[in-house]
Amino acid sequence: MLEINNLHVKLEDEDKQILKGLSLTVEPGSVHAIMGPNGSGKSTLSYVLSGRDGYEVTDGTATLDGEDLLDAEPEERAARGLFLAFQYPVEIPGVGNMTFLRTALNAQRKARGEAEISSGDFLKLVRAKAKDLKIDAEMLKRPVNVGFSGGEKKRNEILQMAMLEPKMCILDETDSGLDVDAMKLVSDGVNALRAPDRAFLVITHYQRLLDHIKPDVVHIMAAGRIVKSGGPELALEVEKNGYADILAEVQA
Amino acid sequence: MTTAAAKSPRAARREARQASTAAYLETLTLPEGPAWLTGLRKDAMSRVAELTLPDRRDEYWGYTNPERLIAQEVRAAEVFRITDEPPMYQGIDRLKLVFTDGVFDAEASDSLEGEGLEITRLAEAGDIHWAKDLYGALEAKGQKPVARPLAALNTAQARDGVLIRVTGKVSRPVSLAYYRKSESATAVLHHVVKLEAGAELTLLENGPVAARSSMCLEAEIGDGAVLHHVRTMGRDHERKGVTNLFARVGKGGLFKSFSLSMNGRLMRNEAMVWLTGEGGSAHLAGAAMGDGTFHHDDTVFIAHEAPGCESRQVYKKVLRDGAVGVFQGKILVEQAAQLTDGYQLSQSLLMDENCQFLAKPELEIYADNVKCSHGSTSGEISPDHMFYLRSRGVSEEEAKLLLVLAFLAETLDEISNDHIAEDMRLRLRRWLEKHSH
Ligand SMILES: Nc1ncnc2c1ncn2[C@@H]1O[C@H](COP(=O)(O)OP(=O)(O)OP(=O)(O)O)[C@@H](O)[C@H]1O
Ligand SMILES: [Mg+2]
Repeated sequence: MLEINNLHVKLEDEDKQILKGLSLTVEPGSVHAIMGPNGSGKSTLSYVLSGRDGYEVTDGTATLDGEDLLDAEPEERAARGLFLAFQYPVEIPGVGNMTFLRTALNAQRKARGEAEISSGDFLKLVRAKAKDLKIDAEMLKRPVNVGFSGGEKKRNEILQMAMLEPKMCILDETDSGLDVDAMKLVSDGVNALRAPDRAFLVITHYQRLLDHIKPDVVHIMAAGRIVKSGGPELALEVEKNGYADILAEVQA
Repeated sequence: MTTAAAKSPRAARREARQASTAAYLETLTLPEGPAWLTGLRKDAMSRVAELTLPDRRDEYWGYTNPERLIAQEVRAAEVFRITDEPPMYQGIDRLKLVFTDGVFDAEASDSLEGEGLEITRLAEAGDIHWAKDLYGALEAKGQKPVARPLAALNTAQARDGVLIRVTGKVSRPVSLAYYRKSESATAVLHHVVKLEAGAELTLLENGPVAARSSMCLEAEIGDGAVLHHVRTMGRDHERKGVTNLFARVGKGGLFKSFSLSMNGRLMRNEAMVWLTGEGGSAHLAGAAMGDGTFHHDDTVFIAHEAPGCESRQVYKKVLRDGAVGVFQGKILVEQAAQLTDGYQLSQSLLMDENCQFLAKPELEIYADNVKCSHGSTSGEISPDHMFYLRSRGVSEEEAKLLLVLAFLAETLDEISNDHIAEDMRLRLRRWLEKHSH
């Protein structure tokens, strides 16, 4: 589904290389986790995949279902089924959460040649999904993320994902800032979306999330590359011993 | 310091200004009218002579050149018919008064009658009229602390307008619609609104007015009275004009004024509001959008003269392709006005690098126990906001539109009538859709 090959990325305005030959393949129906020290380039990877400005791809490729991702506009990537749950969701004063959700949903439908959703159906849908995530009606009425707590923002990301039903979901530290109960809610939300034609790339620092969302593959990222991949036990090892051993082993 | 025997350059300049103003006034004739009105017009002429016409060097004319607002010769402007736009205030039952090329158009207007209302056309005011104590009075008071000679000139020159006295809570808005037929006509209109204690009125204004216009509104808002004012200007590209708004708000009274301005060449919107009784409120808001030769100036003064009053100024501008936005706003708090709550916000969204926002936000406070804040910023659309929206599938164009409307939303919040606010929002949206490239 998602195929990244030898990806090299530097900052556009600075002579700073962040991704240095990253390769990764995510198959449909699977959950891949990425762990790695701070600053190793995990968020950069998620931004580059979703089309944020400010980065320059100097080498390598990334495709979604065999089609090039890197030259497409962010909205095209979204319409093709890519979704990023942000590590730091922004607050957008003046844009109502509901308006935003509806505009996004209809824009994607339009791009795929589908009809707009009726207001009635939209309301029903959003209420049901919000309820699952314990997002109350008052929060839906507020401007996007404005005045939301850290955990509420993360839940709002998952609500958007549940509404848009993307096929390639990237979750960047969605667990950080969540209390134990919210972590459960969010994980249930993600698990509910698991399907044979949908895949997840879960960036996290903690094994705990992976207890709820069981990964098929765990990757360790360091200095802009995937340095080790393995099964769920790799996450346990990181939890127990940190990155030092793994990095030493890789360098050796 | 020694005093020079020769005339100072300053005095010489003043003499020259007085002479040129006198020469300008020479060319004008006063409109006909009852003796009381003629008297008041003459007084206003003397005020102009004394104040002299505005000049670039004046403190509040530094950002906007008054030249084209006073030049004898008015350049013709292509007629923008009001029907070129979707009808304003659709679906709102209202008493409609129409002015065509600056003259009251009885045929197109509703009859001047309404429950709780007393309406007279200025040009038909009789020998005895309640407005004789008000016409030009607030304008004259408003010459301090800053001279507003164009307002005085309006008082002297206005041939038409309406005089509205409100004695009760009027639910049906009075709507002043300005149509244009002539390319070259200028319009000078002067309205007076008096709300008796406890009265309530919504006053709407819209339409392209004239090739060049000067509009003055004086509003006396009695104790506990409420005046909602909504003015829409746009999208006539060649609009040039000045508006002067004077409002005195009594004890517990409320004045809300919202102004929408789209396109046009040169607009100067001045407002002077006094809060004269305890617990009074004034909310002034403006949304302006324009591109190219657009020059829009909001110059707003709110004077707190009594304790426990609240005021808000919320002005936002979206500028594109060389447009210039000006905001000059002052909250003036007199010594007696303890427990004042004053808020002023002026912001511009610059859609490209050629635009300019010139701001002069001021606080002048003589009372010690007050809460006043002001902020003025200009910036671009946040790339982070853009990316967030686009990453969810929203097109670049639509994302921009949403964010521009979001930027302006705070001004629309100042409109009490949801129906009207929504109408404004749609109009803004339509303008943005037309102008997105
Ligand atoms: N726009 C930028 N300007 C300057 N430096 C940047 C920029 N974006 C990323 N970097 C740098 O690139 C490196 C990788 O950052 P990135 O945010 O991708 O790390 P991360 O793996 O997500 O870290 P964390 O675990 O702390 O979230 C860091 O050193 C960061 O400072
Ligand atoms: Mg990160």
